[in-house]
Amino acid sequence: MSAAGRTVRPVSIASFAQSRSVRRDNERNEAEGLHPVIAEVFGNIGITKDDVDFICSGSTDYLIGGPFSFVMALDAIGVWPPRSESHVEMDGAWAMYEAWVLLQEGEIDAALVYSFGRSSLGDLNEILTLQLDPYYEAPLWPDIVSLSALQARALIDSGKATEADFAAIASRSRRDALGNPNAQVAKDVPVEVLLEDDYVVAPLRRHTLPPITDGAAAIVLAAGDKATQWSERPVWITGFDHRMETHSLGARDLTSSPSVTKAAEVAGVADGKIDIAELHTPFAHQEVIVKEALGLDDSVVINPSGGPLAANPLMSAGLIRIGEAASRIRAGQADRAVAHATSGPCLQQNLVCVLEGA
Amino acid sequence: MADETSEQGPVTTLATPIRLDFEFTPGIAQSKFLRGLERGEFLGQRCGTCGKVYVPSRGTCPTDGVLTTEDVLLGNSGTVTTFCVVNVPFAGQSIEIPYICAQILLDGANLSFMGLIQEIPTDQIRMGMRVEAVWVDESELIPSLASVRYFRPNGEPDADYETYKEYL
Repeated sequence: MSAAGRTVRPVSIASFAQSRSVRRDNERNEAEGLHPVIAEVFGNIGITKDDVDFICSGSTDYLIGGPFSFVMALDAIGVWPPRSESHVEMDGAWAMYEAWVLLQEGEIDAALVYSFGRSSLGDLNEILTLQLDPYYEAPLWPDIVSLSALQARALIDSGKATEADFAAIASRSRRDALGNPNAQVAKDVPVEVLLEDDYVVAPLRRHTLPPITDGAAAIVLAAGDKATQWSERPVWITGFDHRMETHSLGARDLTSSPSVTKAAEVAGVADGKIDIAELHTPFAHQEVIVKEALGLDDSVVINPSGGPLAANPLMSAGLIRIGEAASRIRAGQADRAVAHATSGPCLQQNLVCVLEGA
Repeated sequence: MADETSEQGPVTTLATPIRLDFEFTPGIAQSKFLRGLERGEFLGQRCGTCGKVYVPSRGTCPTDGVLTTEDVLLGNSGTVTTFCVVNVPFAGQSIEIPYICAQILLDGANLSFMGLIQEIPTDQIRMGMRVEAVWVDESELIPSLASVRYFRPNGEPDADYETYKEYL
């Protein structure tokens, strides 16, 4: 309890729900897509919107191409009488961090966190260019696949990994996704077959890229009496931190992630044995970097849900990592887990959340 | 170089043009509304909890957070709840100024929407005025509010303030 990010007030993940991840939801708008997810996250524990003191969401208007889409999405909840509400232009994992901080302050006992990602409505490769430095990088329109390929190339050249390692990660992820009914890409393809794929941007082959996904997710956080009332087996957040690296890609060593390492240190990842890790590493090679930065050994089961290579709803995929890790603890499949979320190009911003069963 | 830079002064502007194209997913409820416009009618939805009728409906009640599933066909007339007269030219303006922009509450609806008022001198528009939609020719109807050319006075006496005061 000495480090800044260690939990002072115990907060539990009381409920988690997610939509099915699909390539494109042509039918429903944001509120219609979120509504069943919100209904499920409340329904799981028999509560209503009146039982939460705070609502925080993570999304970005750039995906939808319309202003204030996060305000429109509130129609899925019905924020009347007026609610205490906030939004981050980040993955929902960061929205959860904001809610967790408020819970730490002790002013509230329960919060709803949700996020929605409609990655299918525009050219995702172009949209993600706009998260770069607007003066020197963005005007060149370097797309996210090419930037990730620079990172993968640097990783290969450093001797830390090979293309076969990337293929092994992709093969394992999509095979594990066969057990995840919400996954978008689930199949059992051996490494040697994957290595016959063409390059999209060398050294990245098709299988090392995340799918483009529409999806949504929600979590209810609870502290105090509500944490134990709402769960027979509460899943506690025992460490939580997020860190970012410089905006300038050229100033970073793309083969390592000091921000993950720092966040892991503050969150206390090494304070006990980690059974499973849900890592938000959309490109296969990024798992190598984050695994090393977290200090995980080979005994840790990584992305049993299939991870972001099986479904990557932008803005929700990080929150889903936390939810998937919590679900496995609640199901008794793990005692202690770490969940990771990322944002920005080449793992620029990273969040680490440590979860433990009661 | 340093001298040359200082003579030219600092760079204060950098143009980096951005254009992104998006597809639009109106959703289940709004698709019904848009298909209604294609038939020359206003189709709303009623909340099963509070009973309010939204036009257009976005599929959920923003007050109660429940799905709206009951379709409600509304009439062609409504009431001006508030208005402004636009006198300022701006880029992309397609209507000759001055013109009237009004919030119109369709009869039976609990949500007003914005419409253009024509066929009346701008100094005669007033709150409570009863208006009706003028649609494009049947052959030109499309799933868009562009199918409504404008609203015009329908000749009925002004609505009582009490009937629309909740919608200002």
